[in-house]
Amino acid sequence: MSSQNVDISTTLGNAWFPAPIFTASGCASSGKELAQFFPLREIGAVVTKSVMNKPRHGRPTPRMAETPSGMLNSIGLQGPGIDAFLANDVPWLLAQNARVIVSIAGETADEYAVLARKLRSTPGISAIEVNISCPNVENRGLVFATDRDTSCRVIDGVRKVIGGEIPILAKLTPDVTNIADVARGVIDSGADGLALINTVLGMVINLDTMRPHLGGKTGGLSGPAIRPIAVRAIYQVREALPNVPILGMGGVSTGRDALELILAGASGVSVGTASFGNPTAIINIQRELQELLAQRGFTSLKQAIGYAHRA
Amino acid sequence: MSTINKAAAQLTATLISNKRIGAYHQLIFSVGDVVRHCRPGNFIAIQVGGDSSRMVLRRAFAISRTSESAQFGGTVELIVAPHGSGSKWLCSLSEGAEVDVVTPLGKAFGIPTEPVNALLIGGGYGSAPLFGLADLLKSRGCKVDMVLGASVGSKIYAPMEGKRSVNSLKIFTEDGSMGETGRVTSQLAEIIAERGVEIIYSCGPMAMLKAITDIATTLGVMHQASVEESMACGIGICMTCVLPVRGDDGNISMKRSCIDGPVMDGASVCWDLVGKSTELLG
Repeated sequence: MSSQNVDISTTLGNAWFPAPIFTASGCASSGKELAQFFPLREIGAVVTKSVMNKPRHGRPTPRMAETPSGMLNSIGLQGPGIDAFLANDVPWLLAQNARVIVSIAGETADEYAVLARKLRSTPGISAIEVNISCPNVENRGLVFATDRDTSCRVIDGVRKVIGGEIPILAKLTPDVTNIADVARGVIDSGADGLALINTVLGMVINLDTMRPHLGGKTGGLSGPAIRPIAVRAIYQVREALPNVPILGMGGVSTGRDALELILAGASGVSVGTASFGNPTAIINIQRELQELLAQRGFTSLKQAIGYAHRA
Repeated sequence: MSTINKAAAQLTATLISNKRIGAYHQLIFSVGDVVRHCRPGNFIAIQVGGDSSRMVLRRAFAISRTSESAQFGGTVELIVAPHGSGSKWLCSLSEGAEVDVVTPLGKAFGIPTEPVNALLIGGGYGSAPLFGLADLLKSRGCKVDMVLGASVGSKIYAPMEGKRSVNSLKIFTEDGSMGETGRVTSQLAEIIAERGVEIIYSCGPMAMLKAITDIATTLGVMHQASVEESMACGIGICMTCVLPVRGDDGNISMKRSCIDGPVMDGASVCWDLVGKSTELLG
């Protein structure tokens, strides 16, 4: 069948998206720059860079190191703060007819609740990504998602504020012993879906200075190098929680990669690092995915979600 | 808030010439009509390594010159040091090779509305974009003097044809193998006074830009610096190439050198805070 006839629409909780490829939080800023290269309304949604309650400078430079088939970043959640973000970025995105998933990050469970309260009164948002797994915070102990109980506290606080109107996606780290266990915890605490995976914690040592290269010493590894980790994490979580929608991400740079995550169990796929190397990667991936689905006889994306788990 | 260069486009460019010049390679790419939007100070971001490359990020290079001809259409010239794996790959390409590029990117050098006395200062291959700038300034009636510096003579980039727009050219090398022994700042205060310099344009390593800023600020001379900070994307989405910059309101914020630069007002950059904990920014 012709690829144009494949229905690529998807849902995450009660949010519907006409297309399954999304930006990844922290890899598209607030969409303005990528809009120069393709219309944002043509992709599933723009997932905005994780925003905190107050403006934040982030970590010192160097913030980046290229690694084989990937890169480390150590940005540290630089951003304008939620008030400026809601005043400037969200209205602009909605004016482009883009769907918007707002990613939030906090230093405490209370900060997440404060952010959620501000989002509740902002119309037009498709979903909230609760980033409890950013590795670039001052204290590794602040990565909520390495601990099931702290993860649950954050999601519980957000859920109490949001009610049922906007789906909540909890973004998890693969840097845990049992990701399905953390996933089950946040779903029990009220998350509607999961965003899998955040970057993997890594380090590069500079052979000239013979010290850690990044200003923040450690950074998040992203790019094709981590794709098998993403596929594994999505597969394991889908197996444990077959009815929970997953927004998959991790090293996707082609339509083939996106289909791999979908077969593992993702309902939608975010593209991050690939956009750094190619500003039109997202739109190319979406077109390639549609062709690959057609070639395999799928009439809709939904048929392919989790297909690798069939008996 | 600054935005991405409105003319930025992604296209396939063809390498039409690859020549070694001293420690560098002069690469000329045919890029078509987009060349009309390329201004001195703008840069180009190039995908490297081919389809099966393990290098996932683009490499950014200052555009040194542009031209348009009947044979090749619009072309851009880049001066590349084969230093890392990406630039080595680029310098190994043969004529006729095609690469994926995004250009023009970044903020260009600001051009004075009236003829002024300009001093252009380049460190190493940082001199490359200054020759196109010299042509433009001269065409606007400016008097253009140039000072170049490098550790050794082979790292001075000063093409013969590039010198025609320059009133004078002074070269410093740290080992004395070309020109005078010293750095670009060694006689800077004297040169500014002698030539009545009203604006400085610079491009080169961070330490050089800081040293120029110190002297320019003391003497009350405007200074536009083209910064070099490592970039992952070049288009403003990765937030890695940031520098602490003091805004008009007095507050310091981390600005993207790919969008708010690479050309910045030297006096607004907090050079001492580069690479330091951002808690010092207040």
